[in-house]
Amino acid sequence: MTATTAQDSRSLSAADQPVVKTRHPWKWVGYVVIGVLGAMFVTSLVQNPNYGWDIVAEYFFSTRILDGLLKTLQLTVIAMVLGVVLGVVLAIMRLSGFPVIAGVAWLYIWFFRGTPVFVQLLFWGYISALYPTLSLGVPFGPQFFSFETNSLVTPVVAAILGLGLNEAAYMAEIVRAGILSVDSGQTEASQALGMRQGRILRRIVLPQAMRVIIPPTANNTISMLKTTSLVSVLAFPELLYAAQLIYSDNFRTIPLLITASLWYLIVTSILTVAQYYIEKRFSRGTSRSTASGGRLARLLTMQRRADLGGSR
Amino acid sequence: MTTVNEAKVPMVVAENVHKSFGHIEVLKGIDLTVSKGEVMTLLGPSGSGKSTFLRLINHLETMTSGRLAVDGKYVGYKEINGRLHELREREVAERRSEIGMVFQRFNLFPHMNVVENVIEAPVGVKREKRTVARDRAMTLLERVGLQDKTHAYPAQLSGGQQQRVAIARALAMEPKLMLFDEPTSALDPELVGEVLDVMKDLASTGITMIVVTHEMGFAKEVADSVVFIDGGVVVEAGPPEQVLVNPQHPRTQGFISKVL
Repeated sequence: MTATTAQDSRSLSAADQPVVKTRHPWKWVGYVVIGVLGAMFVTSLVQNPNYGWDIVAEYFFSTRILDGLLKTLQLTVIAMVLGVVLGVVLAIMRLSGFPVIAGVAWLYIWFFRGTPVFVQLLFWGYISALYPTLSLGVPFGPQFFSFETNSLVTPVVAAILGLGLNEAAYMAEIVRAGILSVDSGQTEASQALGMRQGRILRRIVLPQAMRVIIPPTANNTISMLKTTSLVSVLAFPELLYAAQLIYSDNFRTIPLLITASLWYLIVTSILTVAQYYIEKRFSRGTSRSTASGGRLARLLTMQRRADLGGSR
Repeated sequence: MTTVNEAKVPMVVAENVHKSFGHIEVLKGIDLTVSKGEVMTLLGPSGSGKSTFLRLINHLETMTSGRLAVDGKYVGYKEINGRLHELREREVAERRSEIGMVFQRFNLFPHMNVVENVIEAPVGVKREKRTVARDRAMTLLERVGLQDKTHAYPAQLSGGQQQRVAIARALAMEPKLMLFDEPTSALDPELVGEVLDVMKDLASTGITMIVVTHEMGFAKEVADSVVFIDGGVVVEAGPPEQVLVNPQHPRTQGFISKVL
């Protein structure tokens, strides 16, 4: 009300003028500093021969590197699948309402989140020092089968177990948060329709929990891709270890580390885009315009806004 | 709306039903009978226990003591040699599937469109063929006036439309009893009418309905009986013209005079 009267008392032409935005003159100082530092860095990239771009180019598509990349991808997928499946089980155990079952899940999560994944990987690598043989049979009774631990827990198995079991602890908490985020009215409505626990979880609760579960899971997948590099200590020939094997021959350490890093960057970038589309898919039905939302979309809108601001 | 039944067959029988949450006793001995085809309205101030009683009928809450039977079977229990035994989850679900419920906050499944919401239980619980369930869903959606919204998601519908879908979803299971838990309380005033219209239409089909509501107009016009609950007990019960127009108990009189 007061605003209108104030406007009326002034001339109409003044009211038509656009608002003058606050100026930020110091931003130009920032731009100059960034520009200078950036130029220095780019120059060094080109001029410093130690980067060894020719070596990077030579090995970028080499069989050994690509083989390592493939193993890294396989390991990421298998460890994540193990982590997600076991994580869902652990989350359901924690929410089961039976103290012993919930307690076991809690203990598991406590242990696997409380110790470094690197240490866990070493444990799996040296598991034969703890249990030289593994056997199947009646506890305290006769044994049916017996294996040499080393023949069963190969570096691959150790890597999968180490990464997957560790991931499960984190996934359990993510899944639990997702399940708890679904309104209890959803479960009540399902029960009232005569649906049973398993079906309610599968058809009603988990699909809705996905919206909460997917973003951190995608983050963890990206993180897992990088964590697989730790497996190089188990002499499992994934991407980093493949690069290490090459530079232990030719001593071009930096170029090969760059080669590996570039591949990690490429794959994580692809996963980030994939994450955007998966999130979009699972946000279905939550907003009036089903196609809105998502980090990339927000990023793009920000970009557009910045463009508009620049042309002002 | 039903005329005098030839022989009144009971659908819901409550005897001395008690319910406590911790130390707080919400229901202090409810006795009432709902006949087949009857439309009963439960009235009462908030916190009186009427919604809790409704939720006991399909075992969303467990009773503390008393007896509660739907269509001759105890809810959530079976009697073996004079003792009540808790039912297994499968058996509870089976009995619940015969009782439809409509919630104050609709509780539609947001990740499914309207048709998927309606056919979820018939297909998943009753193992009906998709085509059969879909056909009946279309008929039901037409009945609630939403035949052109079949592929919309709940978030794209108004509250009144969502509640009408929720009614269709409950009816898709072909229940013998419908429970309504304040079905219009979460709606904008201009949307209340469309939901009440659907409920009136439903009442005229002869299905047994128990409705917790503050809509006096609906109670007066549609209900066969009105039960006033306060402080966890039935204060007064009878036909609407008696309870609503000429209440006997001072607590009923006080409540009616405030809401009318």
